[in-house]
Amino acid sequence: MRYVFHLVLGILFGVVLLKSEVLSWFRIQEMFRFQSFHMYGIIGSAVATGALSVLIIKKFGITTLSGQPVDVTTKPVRWKANLFGGILFGMGWALTGACPAPIYALIGSGAYVFVLVLISAYVGTYVYALVKKKLPHG
Amino acid sequence: MESMVSSPWPWYVAGPLIGLMVPALLLFDNRQFGISSTLRDFCAVVRPGKLEYFNYSVKEQLWRNWLVLGVLIGGWLASQLWEPVQVGISQQTIQDLSALGITNFSGYVPSELFNWKELFGLHGLVFVFTGGFMIGFGTRWADGCTAGHAITGLSLLSPASLLAVVGFFIGGLFTTHFLLPILLT
Repeated sequence: MRYVFHLVLGILFGVVLLKSEVLSWFRIQEMFRFQSFHMYGIIGSAVATGALSVLIIKKFGITTLSGQPVDVTTKPVRWKANLFGGILFGMGWALTGACPAPIYALIGSGAYVFVLVLISAYVGTYVYALVKKKLPHG
Repeated sequence: MESMVSSPWPWYVAGPLIGLMVPALLLFDNRQFGISSTLRDFCAVVRPGKLEYFNYSVKEQLWRNWLVLGVLIGGWLASQLWEPVQVGISQQTIQDLSALGITNFSGYVPSELFNWKELFGLHGLVFVFTGGFMIGFGTRWADGCTAGHAITGLSLLSPASLLAVVGFFIGGLFTTHFLLPILLT
């Protein structure tokens, strides 16, 4: 039952992605060409809101609903993986105009060609797992 | 034509709503907001046990898969609520893209690049298959996507996430300014 919360949160997120046009290839092109503040405003104010929330949670020691301390651990720095993987991801982002969440939202909105983008992303994930040990990480 | 152009929610509405995903998930059941791990979950369900990377309990990750199911439903719901219109990008972007041969600006994605007919032509091969592959491979190598690194990671002031986001923009800028002119002309 508790997953109803995650489902509803996802629905809200999907609506925002479409109605703010974050899922649009055109908006991503506009962003990478620095021709509008729209995407930078969204990412910037999202991070500011998230960071401020975390700051408040930490400062007042706010716990989760079940009373546990909030998990504010960060992912380990593995600079080659973060950077090189990030570059590859950025190239895919510019080509498809979508990062993972917008892929799901686009499929929902009726852009069914993105099912093939999603399947390609599954294949990419699988191939990553195959060659993981040969790639530089740290 | 003017009336066809969209009126998107402004950045100062959309941005904070997206940012609130972070505390909502942390406070509800201590989950860090992220999306791209669902790609790994899918592989782990389809081919469990074969590779070490897919050897973990997907049950623990169910919440995230309910979240992306929601995103999909949200995309459907929003598309029912609002008619598809021309995305209100800047005139400069329209000019730049027109010079590259993108002329149909209706809908959220350019029909020249994303359609079933072109799927096995150069456009489909590059923009659909290669692009999707790079997203999957890249996000798993980088250990996160725009949600997990750019939103959650930067909110937690994570150095790994800053590195990844710098990478996202290096890759995106390179593709937009150097690869697209070659691919589209």
